[in-house]
Amino acid sequence: MTRKQRRLVLIGGSLGVLAIAAALVLSALKDSIVFFNSPTDVVQKHLPPGTRMRIGGLVKTGSLKRGDDLKVRFEVTDGSHDVAVRYQGIVPDLFREGQGVVAEGKLEPDGSFDADTVLAKHDERYMPKEVVEALKKNGRWKEGAEGANSGVMKTIAAGASPIAGGKSP
Amino acid sequence: MIPELGHYGLVLALALGLIQAVVPMIGAAKRDASLMRLATSTAIMQFVFVALSFAALTECYVTSDFSVATVFENSHSMMPLLYKFTSVWGNHEGSMLLWVLILSLFGASVAAFGGNLPASLKANVLAVQSWIACSFYFFILLTSNPFLRLARAPFEGRDLNPILQDIGLAVHPPLLYLGYVGFSIAFSFAIAALIEGRIDAAWARWVRPWTLAAWMFLTVGIAMGSYWAYYELGWGGFWFWDPVENASLMPWLAGTALLHSAVVMEKRNALKIWTILLAILTFSLSLVGTFLVRSGVLTSVHTFASDPRRGIFILGILVMFIGGGLTLFAWRASMLKQGGLFAPVSREGSLVFNNLFLTTACLTVFVGTLYPLALEALTGEKISVGAPFFNLTFAPLFIPLLFAMPFGPMLAWKRGDLLGVSQRLFAAFGIGLVAVALTFAVMGGGSLLAPFGIGLAFYVVAGALTDLVERTGLFRMPMKTVSARAGGLPRSVWGTAFAHLGLALTLLGIVSASTWGSERIVSVKPKQTISLAGYDLTFDGMRQQAGSNYRATAAKFTVRAGGQVIGEMEPSKRNFTSRASMTNEAALMYLGVSQLYMSLGDINDDGSIAVRVYFKPLVLLIWLGAIVMAFGGGLSLSDRRLRVGAPKPAAKPSKAALQPAE
Repeated sequence: MTRKQRRLVLIGGSLGVLAIAAALVLSALKDSIVFFNSPTDVVQKHLPPGTRMRIGGLVKTGSLKRGDDLKVRFEVTDGSHDVAVRYQGIVPDLFREGQGVVAEGKLEPDGSFDADTVLAKHDERYMPKEVVEALKKNGRWKEGAEGANSGVMKTIAAGASPIAGGKSP
Repeated sequence: MIPELGHYGLVLALALGLIQAVVPMIGAAKRDASLMRLATSTAIMQFVFVALSFAALTECYVTSDFSVATVFENSHSMMPLLYKFTSVWGNHEGSMLLWVLILSLFGASVAAFGGNLPASLKANVLAVQSWIACSFYFFILLTSNPFLRLARAPFEGRDLNPILQDIGLAVHPPLLYLGYVGFSIAFSFAIAALIEGRIDAAWARWVRPWTLAAWMFLTVGIAMGSYWAYYELGWGGFWFWDPVENASLMPWLAGTALLHSAVVMEKRNALKIWTILLAILTFSLSLVGTFLVRSGVLTSVHTFASDPRRGIFILGILVMFIGGGLTLFAWRASMLKQGGLFAPVSREGSLVFNNLFLTTACLTVFVGTLYPLALEALTGEKISVGAPFFNLTFAPLFIPLLFAMPFGPMLAWKRGDLLGVSQRLFAAFGIGLVAVALTFAVMGGGSLLAPFGIGLAFYVVAGALTDLVERTGLFRMPMKTVSARAGGLPRSVWGTAFAHLGLALTLLGIVSASTWGSERIVSVKPKQTISLAGYDLTFDGMRQQAGSNYRATAAKFTVRAGGQVIGEMEPSKRNFTSRASMTNEAALMYLGVSQLYMSLGDINDDGSIAVRVYFKPLVLLIWLGAIVMAFGGGLSLSDRRLRVGAPKPAAKPSKAALQPAE
């Protein structure tokens, strides 16, 4: 093989692998990403039931009810609209009424939300970024009120299934 | 007084850094030996001053000097001494100081041990290294001064975030930084080579030990972080494809590719331009990682106080070094001469294959990590890209890589014999297939994915061992010859075998823990028993404990296997009053390399508690594999050929051309 042919093999091979990777990425992006919505989005956008997504806001005060078998019901609010959420499992340590929360799961036909993952903040001074923005959009956010600018931040998940199982090869 | 001294030390380091960034480079251009030599002493003194500065900050933490803002924010007088040390880097300002400490340490090491480098190359490398250092000194001094004083010193500090009060945190960031920052040396060497417009096999030999050392630290650092998340965050996952984790995985992938391509360059003087590009990209990804983690673009446990000025500053540094590096590359790379020829099927070819797949895998991680940020910036839509994305993109790209792994070391340079190697790998194929069949039979049907993963892992282990068997002549020759041959093998051959073996162990752990792990999330009352994977856990009762700066509520469980008591597990929750925060302390029971894992959920008034129990078969292999990989790196590093300052073989024609005309 001449130098030119060898280079062609190399370039062809690289392009082939890149094309495969691009195809994988595009198909995965189509199927496996999750959109974030505020309760107002959920109500106003008329999202089809069964859509997998994240919702975020505050746990409405007085809405938290615990049932048997670690079942939990609560409402997520952004001040304008509320969405009822059902979840079974252990909620994060700092999951409380009046605090920020992000839930991941499916929308049910009756407009409620079936969560399989609940994320809450992991620091008294921290509010999940998505929640801050959802509240800001509704004019419910006061700058500095939560002291969100300081402190170590961590959204921490707790769920029947971890947010990722690391099921690589 | 002490904080001011620390601050002053950093300013002095900056002053020295500015000199080192300019003078040696002028010296290299003018061939002035005394100007070039200056870099050696400034690099060492920079390290001394930064170390002083770091020591001053540590002193503030140890003595709980709450007049210093960062100490007040992140420490507490009642905290155990160990965590007073670790909280030095458990916050933004301190961790950036650790970053420059390690950066200057690497610079000083090149200065001290780089005696055999050509003077002009050494001068240029240290100058480039100093550009990086100076931009980070400026960053710290202008936006994140760790020595800032409070007008009135508070009586008590606000405590370190409880989830960071852990031994895992003590080790994880320094190791990770040693890795991240270590790649800066490869970057500096690449830029220096581009400036000089000259590069050859010797360059690769000088760069490889530094890259190898950085890679080892990064490997262990990532594994440490993963283990810490596993036991501290309380839901038993070991990798979450969290953007911050990806930020450390990307430089690791690129760095691994760099290690392999540098071999080709060193042995065969080929792939020079590609190796230079990889060196630039690897450090660029480290910088991207720093930007993602430190700018507050992402929210995670690593995001400390976010201040938009900092984000923009780091972005500036990022643009300067990545943009500058790539521009210089585009401009000068064509000057570098083409190297040796090789057939597609050859050792070189297999290393190109490795590079192609590693960089492509790195690219998919890059896309998955940055796509949500880009989409939000462009359309305002918020999405999250999680494990499903990476399982569909990253994993398929790693399969061919693992399959080809045993072939690489067994193919000959220049032109390899694929058929011959396949025949020699016959046993490895066999072992892999038997593993697939056995796993499938034991599972009793179901998905083929897990047996395939196990088979692949066994095949890679067998392949790595086959290479050693072939080279030592085991089973073919008398024992005496074998041991003589084993002793005579270069350490780097052992290193390769161990590193590949380690990756296979990690794969084995991942497949096993995620496929056959079982979990139960239940609510139990005292005297009730939870059964899981053949183990019975009886809840004995709760007890309260007092720690130095927290109160703990622990649940005691007795673990039985087949009626026999095999131990106790005590998951607990710690309540930190100073932060009004809680942490979950999972209880782990080691069963060989498998684990029982237990974490505590809500505690109810009626005495029942919610617990998560997991059985994770072979889970420890995930991290042990990483340690074996790093051990392989260490073996390779100790190879005489690579040892820094080792006498060079005399008969190397390329060497003569490299000595600068002094």
